[in-house]
Amino acid sequence: MADEALLRTLTPTVIAVLVRRGADFAAAEDAVQEALIEAVRGWPRDRPRDPHGWLITVAWRKFLDAARADAARRQREDLVVADPAPEPGAAVDDTLQLYFLCAHPSLSPASAVALTLRAVGGLSTRQIAQAYLVPEATMAQRISRAKRAVSGVRFDQPGDLATVLRVLYLVFNEGYSGPVDLAAEAIRLTRQVAAATKDEEAAGLLALMLLHHARRPARTRPDGSLVPLTEQDRGRWDTGLIAEGVDVLQAALARDRLGEFQAQAAIAALHADARTAGETDWVQIVEWYDELVRLTGGSPVARLNRAVAVGQADGPRAGLAALADLDPALPRHTAAAAYLHEQAGDPVRAARLYAEAARAASNLAERDHLTRQAARLNAHLRG
Amino acid sequence: MAKYLLLKHYRGAPAAVNDVPMDQWTPEEVSAHMRYMEEFAARLETTGELVDNQALSAEGTFVRFDGPGRPPVTDGPFAETKDLIAGWMAIDVDSYERALELAGELSAAPGAGGQPIHEWLELRPFYTAAPTITE
Repeated sequence: MADEALLRTLTPTVIAVLVRRGADFAAAEDAVQEALIEAVRGWPRDRPRDPHGWLITVAWRKFLDAARADAARRQREDLVVADPAPEPGAAVDDTLQLYFLCAHPSLSPASAVALTLRAVGGLSTRQIAQAYLVPEATMAQRISRAKRAVSGVRFDQPGDLATVLRVLYLVFNEGYSGPVDLAAEAIRLTRQVAAATKDEEAAGLLALMLLHHARRPARTRPDGSLVPLTEQDRGRWDTGLIAEGVDVLQAALARDRLGEFQAQAAIAALHADARTAGETDWVQIVEWYDELVRLTGGSPVARLNRAVAVGQADGPRAGLAALADLDPALPRHTAAAAYLHEQAGDPVRAARLYAEAARAASNLAERDHLTRQAARLNAHLRG
Repeated sequence: MAKYLLLKHYRGAPAAVNDVPMDQWTPEEVSAHMRYMEEFAARLETTGELVDNQALSAEGTFVRFDGPGRPPVTDGPFAETKDLIAGWMAIDVDSYERALELAGELSAAPGAGGQPIHEWLELRPFYTAAPTITE
């Protein structure tokens, strides 16, 4: 394993060891970051035989130095730091506890994402700042505020797995493509959580990520523009990731505790199963959307996506009828209407709706895609 | 996690409530205004919400291509009637409501008489990254 990958794998277990020895989370996290920096500098020349032991020793020393400096600053001589032996076998549980802490419900999503990537993912503040396009100083403040916010949370109290999964979903789904591969990082962390918890929804989220990640080579053209699912070159989908995603999903579904990530993954699996867009089993996809709508308590986003699937299964008129029940102000509502009207043979209305949807798009790739759709129809209409 | 631009205009925005030109303020009022802006930016850095903070000179020129081998055409300085941007603050916040709250606070920077200017700021969302899961 390359040093950086190894260091990042070891990060949460080393933080947990320090916390078990009596360090508070914020100080432990700082000490481990410093030890990581020292490792990145020193290991290329002189790599320790026991990297894990080395990191614990160095991080603990950093922590003691900081604690002593802190104590001296406050003119307090009574700080006693215990040094019990680490408890063997507790590493998996400890890492999970760190996830709970970093995604604590008291944190905003942005703070939870940043803290998770640093304390569990082992990324540096600079890398996280680059990934989210904010200055390093701002990201450093966001992380230290998040650490302060959870400073009163006891390390061993049960956490909320649902918020952990939501944070990992955000890392996968809403990052910029920069020097750090956030999608791959989200998959690595979700794999860890799914293994540690044996939870069906954690498995469902992992499957969902794997199945979408499999399409990545086909999702964008060399110029960066989006290729819609129906037009993707399916020969470029990663069959290894698809097989793994399907396996993980089937094992989760077999335990019969359905949740929204499993339902979303089931939809992605049905797309993965179709060798061509024309072979897609839209009837089954609509059934899964029915489940998803039920599981989410009627989420408008799920209902919107269901309407598009209904348009494929039962024809564009049925899709438009399903869409008519929904608030037109929903994101992507106009884009979905444009698509369905085009399918229904009304290119004039579709072109107008595509242009309108482009103006309301929240990201450039989508705006450009919708603008091209409008331009394509308008050029055709001009003859 | 959404980025917004708070745009401040020299000209072109609707008139502020406390609409006295800055050169008519007392030097202390000018200093108080500058301090407010600096403290506002510093506070947003500590909350982990500041992306960028810049002020622009009022001097500017329009430039355009005038054909191959020809120097670009310029036009300016801008006519008095033209919209003129004075500067911006880019923020990265959890919600639109938070962006509104911050814009409101920035608009309350003190002006003449030490009273809030109530100036109009333009709030514009950045495009986000394209999400991977859309179906």
